[in-house]
Amino acid sequence: MDVLDLSRWQFGITTVYHFIFVPLTLGLSIIVAGLQTAWYRTGKAKYLRLTKFWGKLFLINFAMGVVTGIVQEFQFGMNWSEYSRFVGDIFGAPLAMEGLIAFFLESTFLGLWIFGWDKLPKKVHLATIWAAAIGTNISAYFILAANSWMQHPVGYKINEATGRAELTDIWAVLTNDTTLVTFPHVMFGAFVTAGAFLLGVSAWFLWRRREVDLFRTSTKLALVITLVASVGVMLSGHWQAQLMTEQQPMKMAAAEALWEDENGAGFSLFAIGDVENGRNVFNIEIPYGLSLLATNSLDGGVEGINDIQARYELLYGPGDYRPSIGLAYWTFRLMIGFGGLAALLALAGLWLTRRNRLPENPWFYRLAIAGIFLPFLANTMGWIFTEMGRQPWTVFGLMTTASAVSPNANVTEVALSLVGFTVVYAVLAIIEVRLLIKSIRQGPEPEGGESGATPQAGTTPALSF
Amino acid sequence: MELTTLWFILIAVLWAGYFLLEGFDFGVGILLPAIGRDEADRRALIGTIGPVWDGNEVWLLVAGGATFAAFPEWYATLFSGFYLPLFLILLALIVRGVAFEYRHRSDVPSRWDHAIFWGSLVPAFLWGVAFANILRGVPLDANHEYTGNLLTLLNPYALLGGVVTLALFTMHGAVFLALKTGGELRERAIRVTKIVGPVTLVVGGLFLVITQLMTGTTATWAGVVIAAAGLAGAIAATLRGRDGWAFTANAVAIVVITFTLFGSLFPDVMPALDPANSLTVENAASTPYTLTVMTWVAAIFTPIVLAYQGWTYWVFRKRLTRQEVPAGY
Ligand code: HDD
Ligand code: HEM
Ligand code: HEM
Repeated sequence: MDVLDLSRWQFGITTVYHFIFVPLTLGLSIIVAGLQTAWYRTGKAKYLRLTKFWGKLFLINFAMGVVTGIVQEFQFGMNWSEYSRFVGDIFGAPLAMEGLIAFFLESTFLGLWIFGWDKLPKKVHLATIWAAAIGTNISAYFILAANSWMQHPVGYKINEATGRAELTDIWAVLTNDTTLVTFPHVMFGAFVTAGAFLLGVSAWFLWRRREVDLFRTSTKLALVITLVASVGVMLSGHWQAQLMTEQQPMKMAAAEALWEDENGAGFSLFAIGDVENGRNVFNIEIPYGLSLLATNSLDGGVEGINDIQARYELLYGPGDYRPSIGLAYWTFRLMIGFGGLAALLALAGLWLTRRNRLPENPWFYRLAIAGIFLPFLANTMGWIFTEMGRQPWTVFGLMTTASAVSPNANVTEVALSLVGFTVVYAVLAIIEVRLLIKSIRQGPEPEGGESGATPQAGTTPALSF
Repeated sequence: MELTTLWFILIAVLWAGYFLLEGFDFGVGILLPAIGRDEADRRALIGTIGPVWDGNEVWLLVAGGATFAAFPEWYATLFSGFYLPLFLILLALIVRGVAFEYRHRSDVPSRWDHAIFWGSLVPAFLWGVAFANILRGVPLDANHEYTGNLLTLLNPYALLGGVVTLALFTMHGAVFLALKTGGELRERAIRVTKIVGPVTLVVGGLFLVITQLMTGTTATWAGVVIAAAGLAGAIAATLRGRDGWAFTANAVAIVVITFTLFGSLFPDVMPALDPANSLTVENAASTPYTLTVMTWVAAIFTPIVLAYQGWTYWVFRKRLTRQEVPAGY
């Protein structure tokens, strides 16, 4: 393997890993803030106990999101220095804004929330969790704006003298239509993730008939969130697909294993392709499905791989502009498939719990627990599809991945860091899962017993000059 | 003032803020085994930084992001060139961050203390090595690519720089703990200050004087004098039991040292051994448009950030003792 391959593996592994924690943080932060608001409004102890229980799980997850994020911030410079030189003028701006506007907010107020239970007035304390949750979600917006620019560069010009991309319109970058459809899709995906997590953990308690009252409430909340977010993810995914057909037709064609331009193209369900000869050996499809998804009309035209390849050679010069087609095809289907299963689970759950019933059949509980993994898989597939489907480009139409890599990095260094990150991440994953399971087993604190709330009876003066 | 100069100053401010704030986090982590004799001690020690360490670390992230936005060439050359040291720093920050959050949920908290100790010591040392190398100049080619290797970075001057930041942050942690704890913990922190303080003064002074002989100007000589006065003041105030003044004086020393180093660099951001290839505030910078946008963003949000971070320190201003471990999860 050369430096390029190793760097790609490293970026892929560290980023996918970061995004395991991210969606749960995004969704759970708002849910916990909502529960604390319910407590503030109603004064019911139940909501306080729920806030604390889900808050504890949220924090365990959050810690991993933070430490894996730090690596992301520096990787562009470490492994992709040519990329950083080329796009820094544009790409650095949202990244810096993310830090200054979002990360400070999120980390500072989370510290206040964690340690401020008995130091701050109730109302102020409630405000701290909202500030942290909002900060977290703002951060998603900025990073997605940065990423969307790579999918669909806007608001820039190429400086002929230096060969670099230069920012001409920051507003265009922040309101890129690609960002505007990606952000809701990622956010809804995050709420599917948080919803399914809530559902699975609550199912474990209900199955054992522990804390039935608390987890009945959680379950209802979880089911509604999962279902609504699932609908949102599908609608926003549909918009994304339409925009993608326009902006990155090759990605859509690869996702559908559609080889030739076609009017009234079908949506492929299962295909076996022959990449060498640019055709499918076998294909089951829903007639007109793809044209409908991509263009809102039954006989809309969709471009095919072979035709786009020919057009791109004229446009960008000789080369292979096809991403890995099998990968794009299957990750797209798996994203939708895993997400669909989560939606079905939520639908079944709503039916089984109608009029305050508790499902009798243990299978429902088993499935709900297994269902925790579904949105994580869907998210991962979604990103692999988005990023690998863009290949060979790192910045679509402007810079290829092969020319983005650091020219001075050597194989030993990158191999060392790849192995180092992977091993540390694997160990941390085991620790994190164990800790989550342990904290779930412990269950919510008994009423009135706030964890760790040793009274602050200190009389020592604070600052003594 | 030119925008490039302004952003050079802003990045110096971000690093100064980072060293000032995470400096004492590192110090507390390094002193954890020395000052924390048992579990109750260690919980109190970690409690002093529990609510703030993450916010402090964001100073680094913003320094990184701002460098990317304002001086992309600097960001690219620095982090691809100093690949392995940065990799080690990242690993250290990962295990350390996880340790802060997970240690008190663990059945064997002391197992995490190694992670906190090494996770603090390694970056405290390596940041000094990195900055000393930037000051000294590194081999860059005409495309501003770093052409040296790991051994290039491990020269005596840079290693001395590492010892300086290590000593300085340990000292900072000690005066911070003297300010933020009570009882025996405070006594021990003061005892540590009395040992680490003079060591820091000697190695720090040596390093700064060598640096001045390389690149010194009148302004940076003034910086050296103020930094030395700050350190000496911190030791003197500690001897008199004036914890607040000791911390303030040491904080001044850290900020002034950072500014002195940046001042010695200017107008280079990364001098090359062959001066023709040096990265400067001019040739490493983004376009004036990007710098203007970022200046507006910084002008609006920096005061807000300073206000709420300041407020956090106010909320958690109480001293902690073995008996009063902070509430929280
Ligand atoms: C859609 C959301 C999203 C995406 C695509 C990414 N992140 Fe992230 N990131 C978050 C959403 C997020 C978050 C939800 O805001 C996190 C997760 C947990 C947390 O603490 O904040 C976070 C944490 C986090 C941190 C630590 C912040 C702190 O210390 O508080 C950094 C430095 C980054 N991220 C940087 C990145 C970079 C450079 C990415 C691109 C490769 C990236 N993230 C992808
Ligand atoms: C967190 C969600 C994300 C995930 C899971 C993800 C995953 C991936 C994957 C799997 C690749 C392909 C690796 C390969 O082709 O070998 C990739 C490439 C890339 N992504 Fe992302 N990505 C995410 C977000 C981002 C964001 C937000 C950015 C920029 C701000 C970004 C920048 C890049 C770059 C520069 C590459 C090119 C390097 C390469 O091809 O390996 N990614 N990413
Ligand atoms: C009918 C269902 C869905 C459709 C039509 C759909 C469509 C899409 C499309 C077209 C993309 C690629 C966008 C691009 O590369 O420009 C995408 C990406 C993605 N999808 Fe989906 N999706 C669906 C369901 C889901 C579900 C259920 C999840 C997770 C719970 C999910 C998570 C993601 C993520 C994380 C990405 C990568 C980020 C992005 O580009 O937005 N998707 N989706």
